[in-house]
Amino acid sequence: MITAIVFLPLVGFLIAGLFGRQIGARGAEILTTSFLFVACLLAWIVFFEVAEGALPASAPVLGAWFTSGTLKVDWALRVDTLTAVMLIVVTSVSALVHLYSIGYMHEDSSRPRFFAYLSLFTFAMLMLVTADNLLQMFFGWEGVGLASYLLIGFWYEKPSANAAAIKAFVVNRVGDFGFALGIFMVFVLTNSVGFDQIFAAAPGLANKPIHVFSHDLDAMTVACLLLFMGAMGKSAQFLLHTWLPDAMEGPTPVSALIHAATMVTAGIFMVARLSPLFEQAPAALSFVTIIGGTTAFFAATIALVQTDIKRVIAYSTCSQLGYMFVGLGVGGYSLGIFHLFTHAFFKALLFLGAGSVIHAMHHEQDMRMMGGLRTRIPFTFWMMTIGTLALTGFPFTAGYYSKDAIIEAAFASERTGSLYAFLLVTLAAGLTSFYSWRLVFLTFFGAPRWGAADPQAHAAHDQAQEDSTETHSEPLAHEPGADNAADAPAHNAHASGHGDTHAVEPHESPKVMLIPLALLAIGALFAGLAFQSLFIGEAGGEFWKSALFYGPGNHILAAREEIPKFAAFLPTLMMAGGFLLALYMYILAPGTSEALATANPLLYNFLLNKWYFDELYDVIFVRPAFFIGNLFWKGGDQAIIDRFGPDGIAARVVDVTGRVVKLQSGYVYHYAFAMLIGVAAMITWYLVGGVH
Amino acid sequence: MTIGLNQYLIVAAILFTLGVAGIILNRRNIIIILMSVELILLSVNINLVAFSAFLGDLTGQIFALFILTVAAAEAAIGLAILVTYYRNRGSIAVEDVNLMKG
Repeated sequence: MITAIVFLPLVGFLIAGLFGRQIGARGAEILTTSFLFVACLLAWIVFFEVAEGALPASAPVLGAWFTSGTLKVDWALRVDTLTAVMLIVVTSVSALVHLYSIGYMHEDSSRPRFFAYLSLFTFAMLMLVTADNLLQMFFGWEGVGLASYLLIGFWYEKPSANAAAIKAFVVNRVGDFGFALGIFMVFVLTNSVGFDQIFAAAPGLANKPIHVFSHDLDAMTVACLLLFMGAMGKSAQFLLHTWLPDAMEGPTPVSALIHAATMVTAGIFMVARLSPLFEQAPAALSFVTIIGGTTAFFAATIALVQTDIKRVIAYSTCSQLGYMFVGLGVGGYSLGIFHLFTHAFFKALLFLGAGSVIHAMHHEQDMRMMGGLRTRIPFTFWMMTIGTLALTGFPFTAGYYSKDAIIEAAFASERTGSLYAFLLVTLAAGLTSFYSWRLVFLTFFGAPRWGAADPQAHAAHDQAQEDSTETHSEPLAHEPGADNAADAPAHNAHASGHGDTHAVEPHESPKVMLIPLALLAIGALFAGLAFQSLFIGEAGGEFWKSALFYGPGNHILAAREEIPKFAAFLPTLMMAGGFLLALYMYILAPGTSEALATANPLLYNFLLNKWYFDELYDVIFVRPAFFIGNLFWKGGDQAIIDRFGPDGIAARVVDVTGRVVKLQSGYVYHYAFAMLIGVAAMITWYLVGGVH
Repeated sequence: MTIGLNQYLIVAAILFTLGVAGIILNRRNIIIILMSVELILLSVNINLVAFSAFLGDLTGQIFALFILTVAAAEAAIGLAILVTYYRNRGSIAVEDVNLMKG
């Protein structure tokens, strides 16, 4: 059964990818989607069997991969509670995204390729979560990276999509480098890469020093930090986050599946899976906590001012991943996984809802061009509202249980850095609420900022867009005002510029897109309530069994329950505060946001330019890399190697032959004369030589 | 003065040198080159016959007869090549025959 779950997507990928032309777009859609739904059904069966204890944790070996000295690697599908949770997350979201894509991509001409990539991604992700050793995990890890690259660059005619795909790939390589080093290190320490052997050896390795470059370091800390570096890259944590917002160039279902619900959570899964290692390295866990808290706060601040609907949600994802790492960092592995679980539902819901909005607006993603959509696409509006409620942690929705649990754990924890993380995630909770409601208000409330066609206004719109990209000043189009008269018609011209033949009027998406929204909304509303006791409550220990490891001194789950009342209510207060602030700024007193932006241009531009990380990396890494590349290319290769090497030799040969060629006059008598001289010389030689 | 082997050899050497000089110094006509080649061949023949007579060995004279035959054939072939060459290029001036020029 587990084999079927993992390999059905692979079969779907192979058929849709190799025979896409034969079976046609419709065939590929139906085939891959139905395979995914079967896998999803099986995954839920597995999940309940594991939860009930009917299916013991096991790792059936499929076959040997390779053996090299003492390094022996098998293909195996590990099934335990952690895997089962990830299985349902991956297959459920993937199946719904497949279904949704049938509607969303219906105008695209290369749908078989799209569905093949989606299935390939799902397969790689399932390999990752069912891995029984670090190398198989790395296989899945790179597989999802590949699929992510292919899907971000799916619209390969767009240069920006290609650039984003390359950026995602390259930034992930940085993290993967650390991950690979971590695997090597674990192998050096334990002489194995299989999870069971590693976990068995882990307690004995605590506080064991390792000698690196004449420094004595704690071996487990170094190994865990290296492994976490991989998680930082994949999960877009602070410093390695720059690829995630750019990844929004891909189709929206891809953003929902890969860059919100599943692939970016691979880092969280990895840390949770390796909890026996991390438990031996408190310093590394502190680092995880601090990075997580920083990311949660910093991504939330950027999301405050972004105007692209998908980018807001992307930064929100980044921020929520930070929460999960805080949960892991303070030792509450189940908290992180629980938030991963609920987040998958409501973030996929938000992304697919945003996709539905974009679909309705004919591929307009700028929230300044939206507004007033509540009455036009009511179903999408309600779904987005549910997603927002869950994300902000409205009581009794999914986010309320998982996110607040993490904040409480951060408060209760005594780990170094947990206070810092607690303050930041609490602040971030308020920010989350503000930017989420800002998104809803800008998109669905207020006066419509789209309208009838008017070619003249097109130029004005272009002008406005140019202004906004160049100076990054938020144009007045934010609120209904004088500008909208020009902006709104411009949108239509913009849309028709896309080659869209539809009417401009926003329209509700087809049922095939709304059904996944409804199902995810159910998850977003009730996943927290339904699974809370199982994941992080009383029954947790029995549910997780040995999948997550808690050290003897780790009582975070118990401590979380005993925190003061004010700390427990704080996140909810922050949530309400953020909501009220957004309500005031965008509904009750429109124009406040512009006034604030004009009053604090420095802060505003700092946030709008994403803390200048892209610019910073450009200066620190990209330009020196280009400079060194140019230096070696122009200076080293062209000026030295080529000049004195091949090019130099070739030039000398040409010179010499040029002179030799001049001897070849082509006249017979010249040759005859040369022969005569030669013969005379030889005879003279023998005559003179023959004398003595 | 008696005519001895030396005198024959001197004549042959003069003929040979004339032939070589004809090849090298001639700037006008390929036919003259052919004639010079014949001259060189004949000087060799004189050497063969002279040695044959003075050593009392007939082999040299028979060899000379063979060479004459071959030379006749060679001259015919050479002239035939010249004719076709002239047809193709319209000139047999030595200055124009420099296809091998590098």
